[in-house]
Amino acid sequence: MTSEAVTSANRMPDLGRVTLVDEVGVRERAARFQARSIKNESKTEALRLVLSMIDLTTLEGQDTPGKVAQLCQKAIHLHDALPGLPHVAAVCVYPTMVGVAKRALGNHDINVASVATAFPSGMALRQIKLEETRMAVAEGADEIDMVISRGAFLQGEYGFVFDEIAAIKEACGDAHLKVILETGELGTLDRVRRASVLAMHAGADFIKTSTGKIQPAATLPVTLVMLQAIRDFYFETGRMVGMKPAGGISNAKLAVHYLVMLRETLGNAWMTPKWYRFGASSLANDVLMQLRKQVTGNYQSADYFSKD
Amino acid sequence: MSTEPTKLAFDDGWQYAPAPESTDHFSIDEQYGLFINGEFVAPEEGRYFETINPATEDTISSVALASKADVDRAVKAARKAYNGKWSKMSGADRGKYIFRIARILQERAREFATVESLDGGKPIRESRDIDIPLAAAHFFYYAGWADKLEYAFPGRTPASLGVAGQVIPWNFPLLMAAWKIAPALACGNTVVLKPAETTPLTALKLAEVIRDAGLPPGVVNIVTGAGETGAAIVNHPDVNKVAFTGSTEVGRLIQRSIAGTGKKYTLELGGKAANVIFADAAIDQAVEGIVNGIFFNQGHVCCAGSRLLVQESVADEVISKLKERMETLIVGDPLDKNTDIGAINSASQLETIQSYLKVGQDEGAVMYQSSCNVPDRGYWCRPTIFTGASQSNRIVQEEIFGPVLAIQTFRTLEEGLTKANNTPYGLSGGVWTDKGAKIFKMTQKIRAGVVWANTFNKFDPTSPFGGYKESGVGREGGLHGLDAYLKLEV
Repeated sequence: MTSEAVTSANRMPDLGRVTLVDEVGVRERAARFQARSIKNESKTEALRLVLSMIDLTTLEGQDTPGKVAQLCQKAIHLHDALPGLPHVAAVCVYPTMVGVAKRALGNHDINVASVATAFPSGMALRQIKLEETRMAVAEGADEIDMVISRGAFLQGEYGFVFDEIAAIKEACGDAHLKVILETGELGTLDRVRRASVLAMHAGADFIKTSTGKIQPAATLPVTLVMLQAIRDFYFETGRMVGMKPAGGISNAKLAVHYLVMLRETLGNAWMTPKWYRFGASSLANDVLMQLRKQVTGNYQSADYFSKD
Repeated sequence: MSTEPTKLAFDDGWQYAPAPESTDHFSIDEQYGLFINGEFVAPEEGRYFETINPATEDTISSVALASKADVDRAVKAARKAYNGKWSKMSGADRGKYIFRIARILQERAREFATVESLDGGKPIRESRDIDIPLAAAHFFYYAGWADKLEYAFPGRTPASLGVAGQVIPWNFPLLMAAWKIAPALACGNTVVLKPAETTPLTALKLAEVIRDAGLPPGVVNIVTGAGETGAAIVNHPDVNKVAFTGSTEVGRLIQRSIAGTGKKYTLELGGKAANVIFADAAIDQAVEGIVNGIFFNQGHVCCAGSRLLVQESVADEVISKLKERMETLIVGDPLDKNTDIGAINSASQLETIQSYLKVGQDEGAVMYQSSCNVPDRGYWCRPTIFTGASQSNRIVQEEIFGPVLAIQTFRTLEEGLTKANNTPYGLSGGVWTDKGAKIFKMTQKIRAGVVWANTFNKFDPTSPFGGYKESGVGREGGLHGLDAYLKLEV
C-alpha cells in the first residue's frame, strides 16, 4: 500500500451513493451459508483456522492482572493435549491491562489488542479518546479496537464520525485500527453498510461488528453486509480491509459458517488472521472440543479444557 | 491506487470436502409396474423402459411402458372408484386421506428427496429444502379445503368433475404430482397421472404412499410412459378434466385434441420471464435474485428469470458482481449437500441447451460461463450468461430451459416494461427496486401470472400460479386451484 493510496482513500465518501441493502434478501443469503455441510478434513482445517483467527477477549470490570496473565497463557497454549495447534491471533483487553498482557505474551507472535475511545459506549470527548488511544499504543498495544460515536452517526453527523475515526487512526501510529460499528445500535442494515463505508474511507484497517456489550451483537446477516462493503471498497480503491465479527459467536459450528460466508463473499485472500478475526471469549473451548472429537471420535467433558 | 487486477480468488485454499447424502436408507425396486386400482400391475404389452441417473448415466430402475390399453384400464379403475365410494364420501373423510398422504410424505421426506435427486439430477439441497416440503405442504393445504368447498365459492354449489387425466413434467416431479393430485382429490375427483419418462420414480414412490395411506383402490392411478401414454390419457373419452404442465408445443396439441370434447382443462406451459433490475435496487440482493431466478434447478423452471433487464447505469456493476457470484456456485454431484447446480435432466435437454449456446454466439451475444469443472460422465452445463443480447435474438425470445441467462439493458421504466412484455409468454416476472411506487407500477403492468418484487421463485400452496398468453390457461394453487377441479353450479 503506498501512502498515496491512503490519501486518496482518506476522503469523506458520499454516503448517499452507498448501495442499498434489502434485509429479507440478506437473511436468505445468510441462511444459505448455514446450509453448507462442512465435514471431515475440511471441518478440521476450518476449526484450526478459526482458532488462529480468535482475538481472545476479556473485557470486564472485574479483570485482574492475574486473570489477564492466565488468559495470555491460554492464548499461547490453547490445549497442549492436542499437539500442533495454532495459537490465537491476539489477546484483547482494556487499556489498563495492555502492559500486563504484553509482558505475559513475551516474544510470542501474538498481538495485544486494546479497546479504546471510551469503550463500550464511546461517550467521551474526542481529546480523551485520542489520549486514551495514544496511551494504549504507548503501553504496547499492537491493535486498537475503537468504537464509533453512534449518537453522532444516527444524527447524521457523518463528517464528525469520519473525522473522529481519521484522528484516531492517526493517533494509532503503527498500531492497526479496528473500528467497532456497534451494529446492534444502528438499527438497519442500510446504516450498517453506510457506517462500514464511512469507517473504511476514514482509514479503518478492520471493521468490527460489536463490543459484545450490546444485543444483538454479531449476526451472519450483519457480517455479510459488512463483507460486501469490504468487497466493494476493495474494488473501488484496491485496499483490503479486514473484518471482525464479535460477540455472540460461541460455538464452533457457527464460526465455521462464518468462514463459509467469508470464503464465498471475499474469497481466499481474506482467509487469514491478517484479514479476519473472531472477537470471542468462549468460542475457543468449543472449537477445541470439536477438534478433539475430530481426532478421538468422542466429545470430552468441558473440564478437560482450561477456562480463562 | 493499486493497479493489480481486483478479482477475488475462490479456487484455491480451503475447500469443502464431499458431503454426499447417503443412499442406504431406502431401496428402489429393479422394476416398477403400473399403479392401477390400488396395486402395481404389469403392463399388458410387457414393455419397460429404463430410467437413468443423469449425473452418472447409470440405470436406476426399469419402469413399465403403459400402452393405450393400460391407460384404458387405469381410467376404468378411476371411473369405478369415482362412481363407487369417492364421489359420495364426505369432504371431511376425503380430507383425512389427503392429510394422511401429507404426513407419510413428511415421514419419508429424506427418501423422497434423495430419490428425486438421483432420478432427476437436481441438487439434494433443493429437493430436501424445497421440492419435498412444498409437495407435502400442497397436500396439507388442499386437505384442509376438502370439507370447505362450499365456502370457497359463496352462492355456488361445487360439484366434482369425475376422472382427471394429468400429465406432468420432469423438472419438479413430485411437486408437480402434488400440485395435480392434491386439489383433484380434495374436490372429489379420481386421478390418472403420468409422470415424465425421465423422472418416474418419486411418482411411483408416491403410489406406495397412496397405497399405504389406505385410499380406496382406483382413486389415484399412476401410469408411466412417454408422449404416447400421455396422449392416450388426454384423448381418453372417459376423462373429464385434463391437467398438463409442460411445453407450449405439447400444450397446443392438447388444446387442439380436446377441442369440442367438453373436457375441462388447465395448461401450465413455457415461460421466458424478465427479471427487471432498476438502478435503485439493493444490488447485492438483486444479484442473488438473478442467480436464484436462472440457476435454481439448473434453469429447468418454467417461471425462471431467464431474461435479465438491467438499467444501464448499474449494468456493469450488476454483471461483474454476477460473474463473481457465479464463480462460487458449486456444480456437480446432485447428492452432495453443498452442490448448488446439479445435472441437466437428460441428454436431449442438454443437446437443446447446447444448441442455444451456439445460437446465442452466432447471434453475436457474448457468452460467459463460470470456470468450474464438471464431471466427465453425466449431463452438465456450466452456469452461462449472454451479455449484449437483443430483443430480436432467439436466446431472448425462446425458452431454453437451462442455466442460461440473456442480459439486456434499458434506460427508462417504459423501455424496461415494453421489453419485459414483448414475449409470447407470460408466466412470471421480477422487479427489483427500493421504490414502492415503482414496484406497483411495474407489477400491475407486467403481463404475467406471478410477478415477484425484490425476490424470485417463491412458491406457496396458497398462491395461485399460471400463465398469460402462451404460458397457459387456468390457475393451480390456492383457492383458484380448486376451481379447476370443480363444476360450479348456481
